Amino acid sequence: MSLVLSIALTHVRARARQTLVGVLGVATGVGFSVMMAALMEGSQRDFTAQLIDAMPHISVTDTQRNPPVQPAQKAFDAVAIRGLKTPVSRPGIKNPYALMASIEAWLPGGVAPSVQAKAVIRFAGRDTAANVIGIDPKREVKVSKLPEQIRQGSLDDLYKSSNAVILGDRLAKKIGARIGNTLSLTAGNGRTMSVTVVAFSHTGVSQVDETQVHTLIKTAQILAGQTGLVNEIRIKTRDALAARDIAARIEGESGYKAVSWQEANEDLLSAFQIRNIIIYAVVGAILLVASFGTYNIISTITHEKTRDIAIMKSLGIPARTVRAIFVSEAIVIGLIGMAAGWVLGYFLSVGMGRIEIRSPFMDTTHLPIYYAASHYLLAGAVALAASLIAGYFPARKAASVRPVEIIRGAS
Amino acid sequence: MSAAESGADASQPLVELRKATRIIGTEVKTTLVADIDLAIAPGEFVAVTGPSGSGKSSLLYLMGLLDVPTSGSVFVQGRETTRLPEEQLAAIRLSTLGFVFQFHFLLPELTALENVTLPMRALKQRNVREMRDRGMELLTSLGLQDHAHKTPDKMSGGQRQRVAIARSLANEPSVVLADEPTGNLDTASGEQVLKIFREIVDARVDGVAGRSMVFVTHDLDLAARADRRVHIVDGRIVSDE
Repeated sequence: MSLVLSIALTHVRARARQTLVGVLGVATGVGFSVMMAALMEGSQRDFTAQLIDAMPHISVTDTQRNPPVQPAQKAFDAVAIRGLKTPVSRPGIKNPYALMASIEAWLPGGVAPSVQAKAVIRFAGRDTAANVIGIDPKREVKVSKLPEQIRQGSLDDLYKSSNAVILGDRLAKKIGARIGNTLSLTAGNGRTMSVTVVAFSHTGVSQVDETQVHTLIKTAQILAGQTGLVNEIRIKTRDALAARDIAARIEGESGYKAVSWQEANEDLLSAFQIRNIIIYAVVGAILLVASFGTYNIISTITHEKTRDIAIMKSLGIPARTVRAIFVSEAIVIGLIGMAAGWVLGYFLSVGMGRIEIRSPFMDTTHLPIYYAASHYLLAGAVALAASLIAGYFPARKAASVRPVEIIRGAS
Repeated sequence: MSAAESGADASQPLVELRKATRIIGTEVKTTLVADIDLAIAPGEFVAVTGPSGSGKSSLLYLMGLLDVPTSGSVFVQGRETTRLPEEQLAAIRLSTLGFVFQFHFLLPELTALENVTLPMRALKQRNVREMRDRGMELLTSLGLQDHAHKTPDKMSGGQRQRVAIARSLANEPSVVLADEPTGNLDTASGEQVLKIFREIVDARVDGVAGRSMVFVTHDLDLAARADRRVHIVDGRIVSDE
């Protein structure tokens, strides 16, 4: 073993209690950092997965990102146009099935048409607002998890009776509807139709389960009063992270607004970034506080060992070796603290993962924890760097000791 | 290493001070030693005597490159050292000079053997086995073979001082400098230390004068055992015989 390391270990061993305090400081910092990172990334991944699963990756709607440019504006740069009315356009995507075919030609994944309509459900004398979604069940399975979200009945039950609907389970509970009940649906255009409840769906998101009604696309078209209407094409890509680029391409080719899941949830994703900054700042602060402990310990040892430092230097041991001894002590404390912190962090994460969360808005769930080697490596690296810096300054002071002053004083 | 081993000129002083003056303090200046001219030849056994505060230890620190003169020069084996950086001074101390202090100044957490091998480990000229063998050889020669694995707190004052002497000889220095080496010892232990010093000086390498020994003492009886006595008063040499 090298001279530096053997003296460093001797010092650290001889001050077991101080070393233990230093190690505990670093271990606590690393442990909580690992746990926080696991929890943070776990919740982020869980939320993102729910987001990606619950909705299509890309939604192409019958709107355009920018209002159409007037012909006069195209012809003359400086022309001022007043009093123009935006032309009334027929709702729905033009030639939706041709568009879907062209997308399917190059995009691996699922493409499904849908009709979105606002309606009011009248049942047992009560009116309740609902979002009616007309779907093609055969295509729907490729873009959503609706089949897995059916609680009673099945998706195919939509074919078993005319004007069949699947209600969100909370909506059904709210209005007191059961399988086989007939409800009255009234669209915004005043058209009313009777529908039969064939199944319930459950997404786990209260707001959705309280308002969502699925029906066949044809039924929704009748309710909206427009045959052949498709006002949304929903797309599920194989690579969810590529959705933004694919949406841009579809929008460029079709002219219709194509919104990726990232764009639709941009505020949430940017909130994640802010949250990450806050949490990393807190974690950094924890490790910084731990490094103060290490600084304190190395300073104390340096102070107590001033005479020994003077002896070593008087014998001719170079200042750099003395400096290396005390830096090594800090690194030893950092390394042991890091290893202990990893163990602590792992068990904290496991413990946190067992905590049940009950929410009125969501299903009962456990805290999501994501285990990643990178969390451990990052926390360990920061702790080691903090220990190194914490040890360097007292070590530098130790190396600058003039032996003659100490020896003269001791004599 | 000794003068003979280093191949240095046998007539050349191992350590030489020329007009060396050391003043400390900025506002209130105190002269520790003034205008010292002193040369230590190979194989010399020198006692530096003087009353308390006369500058004996300060003179030794200048000779041992632990301190640098405010003016004048210090030569070690003919090499002027006054303007050398601390790292080079440390290297000369490690390879050429040995120190014994009034208080043993052993590292308390290390065993006697570890303390003795410490300078060898820093110099890195021997492998682990050679260092251990040399350390044991030195401890044995000083009658400490049974105490090699004890820490200083489990040894008597005389034993600790002998370990410190063994440590000072670890890298086979040309000159051993001792500051009041018997000041903390009883008479018997003090006698033993002086005997060891004499043996160190009398040991010859290939028939050539070997190590020099300079020790500081205020005990004139002990000083009488040296071959040469330098008496210092108020930082100046008043007799050299």
